[in-house]
Amino acid sequence: MSARKKSQKPKVAFFDFTGCEGCQLNKLNLENDLLGILELIDLVEFREAMDDKAEEYDIAFIEGSITTPSCVERIYDIRRRTKILVALGQCAVSGGINAMKNNYPLAQVQEEVYGKDKYLFPSMPAMPVRAFVQVDYEVRGCPMSMPEFLHVLKSLVLGRKPEIKDYAVCVECKLKENECVLEKGMFCLGPITRAGCDAICPSNGQYCTGCRGLVSNMNKNGAIEMLKQHGFSVEEAIKRMAMFNTNELVKEANWGNR
Amino acid sequence: MSRNLSINVHHITRVEGHGNIVVDVKNGVLKRAYLNIVEPPRFFEAMLKGRNFHEAAIITSRICGICSLGHQMTSLKATEAALGLEVSEQTIALRKLLVHGATFQSNVLHALFLATPDFLNVGSVFPLVHTHKDVVLAALRLKHLANEIGNLISGRAVHPISIVPGGFTKLPSEKDLLYLREKLLNEGMKDALFTIDILATLTDQIPDFYRETEYISLSNDYEYALYDGLICSSDAGLFPVEEYESVTNEFIVPHSTSKHAKFNRSSYMVGALARFNNNYKFLKPKAREVADKLGLKAPNYNPYMNTVAQLVEVVHCIEDSIELIDTLLDKGIKNEKPNQEPTRYGRGIAATEVPRGILFHDYTYNRKGQIEKANCIIPTGQNLANIDEDMRKLVPEIINEPKDEITKKLEMLVRAYDPCISCSVHLLDVKFEE
Repeated sequence: MSARKKSQKPKVAFFDFTGCEGCQLNKLNLENDLLGILELIDLVEFREAMDDKAEEYDIAFIEGSITTPSCVERIYDIRRRTKILVALGQCAVSGGINAMKNNYPLAQVQEEVYGKDKYLFPSMPAMPVRAFVQVDYEVRGCPMSMPEFLHVLKSLVLGRKPEIKDYAVCVECKLKENECVLEKGMFCLGPITRAGCDAICPSNGQYCTGCRGLVSNMNKNGAIEMLKQHGFSVEEAIKRMAMFNTNELVKEANWGNR
Repeated sequence: MSRNLSINVHHITRVEGHGNIVVDVKNGVLKRAYLNIVEPPRFFEAMLKGRNFHEAAIITSRICGICSLGHQMTSLKATEAALGLEVSEQTIALRKLLVHGATFQSNVLHALFLATPDFLNVGSVFPLVHTHKDVVLAALRLKHLANEIGNLISGRAVHPISIVPGGFTKLPSEKDLLYLREKLLNEGMKDALFTIDILATLTDQIPDFYRETEYISLSNDYEYALYDGLICSSDAGLFPVEEYESVTNEFIVPHSTSKHAKFNRSSYMVGALARFNNNYKFLKPKAREVADKLGLKAPNYNPYMNTVAQLVEVVHCIEDSIELIDTLLDKGIKNEKPNQEPTRYGRGIAATEVPRGILFHDYTYNRKGQIEKANCIIPTGQNLANIDEDMRKLVPEIINEPKDEITKKLEMLVRAYDPCISCSVHLLDVKFEE
């Protein structure tokens, strides 16, 4: 899936849907690498930083979730124009934190914020990009991990397939020689959350909030058993997981035999 | 003067989030001019319901990637007020340093990367890499340094990690602080003054437009208020933060998914210019020198000068960060654990000056330490009515100029407010209609 024609830089575009734009900001935070990256690509559209617009792209990076009917139209339009589509950050990959609202009836959520004017602005459950169009690659995390983004971008520019990690955060946490968060008496989603963040939260004294989504071959029973051993209930675990993984939990409706 | 004009800028660029500018003039009479906010609403208040006190800040920081530190800080302070959690002097000093880092980062990003291309008649910062390389490099170094403050003190600049209710889960080392001090004092200040010298030659590109309005910011009697203070209105004086609802008076308009706000007039302004107008006397000396050099005097009624006020604040934040680090180093970093033992459960209200203006979070907790009710009032939302009022005064003043010029001035006006639309809908484009 080479995006590169000989001696021609790939046309790259960035698009934002519903989200905090923190992943885009993170890219601008690549201060030291930014000018180098610009040598390798032809940046054709990036609304947050520039005026230009383009007709077609080799690689489109999508940030944010799909949450309104107009988002659906836009994502179809972008998919038609691009050769490769990459979901950037957890909002695009799984619906992310936006999907927490999916746990409540939509009308109730709208009423909570807009009162009697709740039908002024259309909204729908927050969905990942892949719920509507084919996603070729994903960069997970909230915010997305920058080394992972650079790896995916470089691979695609070189016409290679990026490597995707599919093991638990615990592996990276052990490599950092951190004291186990559960052993410290805190709750932690590290055992079932996909690695790639370099265990940044446990390394800063926090617990893993599961922001990168679940590993594909999760040991569900083992995880439940371990959380129980440390005094945490399945209900607590499900509530914590819902922060970034509401849509994945819906797929796994039987989590903890509930 | 019987001109018909319709401007419709769809998804205005170089701002955070999605909005349109809509202007409609029939037979020389302005029919409508407003900023149409189309960013999808996000419903954070509903998401917070039932969440535990240590989760609130993790969730609210995701309202906005650019203002994540500001949301997190305000959230922590509201939680602490609701649960009666005291924090140490060291925690407050480190938090102030983080607020400086975030303000400095966001102001550099807006003033130098998003607004400056307008002054040089280019569509983005990228062409400037070739024409003004030394300025772009200095601006990149400044941004990097501001982010380093966030990375070293809170684990990550976007969606900080180690700041929690009651304190820090990980403290910076004295070595980290010394490193930041050295970089701020030398590289940071040098780069800031260098870029400001260049921008000082471009201030004639700032449109000559004045509209006095009500300026609202935090204010206190000991410093240029960013971390805490009372609500200060240039029209009506000081109010306790707990009375924010009587100041913001939010209301819904059909052209915006973000609510509008008003107090003593039909609109008010928050942000760097409001802070500069209300708290000028507490600016550090170098920051005042820079204000003079850039032709900014308090009070100033030109909303386009908000970008200039942001640059003045960059210098202030560098100066004050150095002082904060000196104090921290004098006292030595104590290995404190966060205080997370609630002494009460109830309502807590807090306000912080985030880069775009005054931000309020208001939570009510039940006896299990879970949120029952939450309300967040965002600076950009508070500015929207004021942007509309500015457009209604500006368009008739420039109606005889070419359409492209009018469009550019309108876009520059919206950009000057540095709107953060994801935030405001927890929500920007320009539409001209013909």
